[in-house]
Amino acid sequence: MIFLKLFFEFFKIGLFAVGGGMATMPFLYDLSESTGWFTTSQLADMIAISESTPGPIGVNMATYVGFTTVSEHYGSSFIGILGGVVATIGLVMPSVIIIVIIAGFLNKFKENRFVKGAFYGIRPASVGLICAAALLLIKNTILNIPETFSNIDWLSVINIKPLILAVVLFLGILKFKKIHPVAFLGIGAVAGIVFSM
Amino acid sequence: MKIFWQLFITFAKIGAVTFGGGIAMLPMFKRELVENKDWITENELTDYYAVGQCTPGIIAVNTATFVGYKVKGILGAIVATLGMIFPSLVIIVALAALISNFADLAIVQHAFAGIRACVLALVVSSVITLAKKAVIDKIGVVIFIAVALLSTFLDISPVIFVIITAALGIAINVKKEKSK
Repeated sequence: MIFLKLFFEFFKIGLFAVGGGMATMPFLYDLSESTGWFTTSQLADMIAISESTPGPIGVNMATYVGFTTVSEHYGSSFIGILGGVVATIGLVMPSVIIIVIIAGFLNKFKENRFVKGAFYGIRPASVGLICAAALLLIKNTILNIPETFSNIDWLSVINIKPLILAVVLFLGILKFKKIHPVAFLGIGAVAGIVFSM
Repeated sequence: MKIFWQLFITFAKIGAVTFGGGIAMLPMFKRELVENKDWITENELTDYYAVGQCTPGIIAVNTATFVGYKVKGILGAIVATLGMIFPSLVIIVALAALISNFADLAIVQHAFAGIRACVLALVVSSVITLAKKAVIDKIGVVIFIAVALLSTFLDISPVIFVIITAALGIAINVKKEKSK
């Protein structure tokens, strides 16, 4: 039953992804590998769409993944809508439950030494997980690991065009912090078309 | 009944016009919830944000749940959260359906190859921003590097890392208090 599995997987992500939308990314890579519902290159496209549309990134990604997974499973975009809804509800349900429980004693919760301690450990770990997902993204986008290691054409191991574009955009993002990510994604799309990537 | 409708509409509006989530949504929350609707004070909003960042889940959703709960209890919390996610559902489903129809065109594939390079740049830059905020002492550096390496080279679920580092954090915190 794909809906139940989808709900459960996103409930798990909602419960364990700490620190905003990007924190869901490593969990989605894990999901892609363990279920095969979508490919990692589809996931990169989903991140792009989620960053350039309104709404919280994590919610957008859950909707996108749920929609894509169920659409492909049943071969119908119409049933896919239900997949988007189920994944998103699954993602937010742990938040709703946890917040309703702690809303009554907000300050005690904030000052509790176990809560403080747990997040002292989780926060750097969460960034570590995102960093690992970023490395995977680099591998998938920039490197062409050959199937066999005989007759390697070393020039083809690195995708030079995306590498140059990524470096240029990265420097641009660092330099112009005020410019919205959508603008950079737009530049990326145009460059992709112009240089036939 | 009217208050539920207002909760839904207000959060749907915020979800529909803010890009990026998290911190990027804070000014919009302030204008709509503190100034326009007077549902919460600015201090409460700051508190919700602080707690929303250190509870699991999406920060914007956590804040919506807090405000909905304060205004109208559990049902209010649910309605506000549904309002928050409603625009995403509509927009993403429409776009995803559209894109899957054009995915085979060469020009779309070239555009997405360029976009993927940009996503890479954006993700790396957000790792740097997040690390500056979350990796603040020696233990943090060790946890960050260890998790990044282990997660890259071993096939372990992220859930395991979160549980282990939470336990580790509690142990370190308790030990620190004892030695005081």
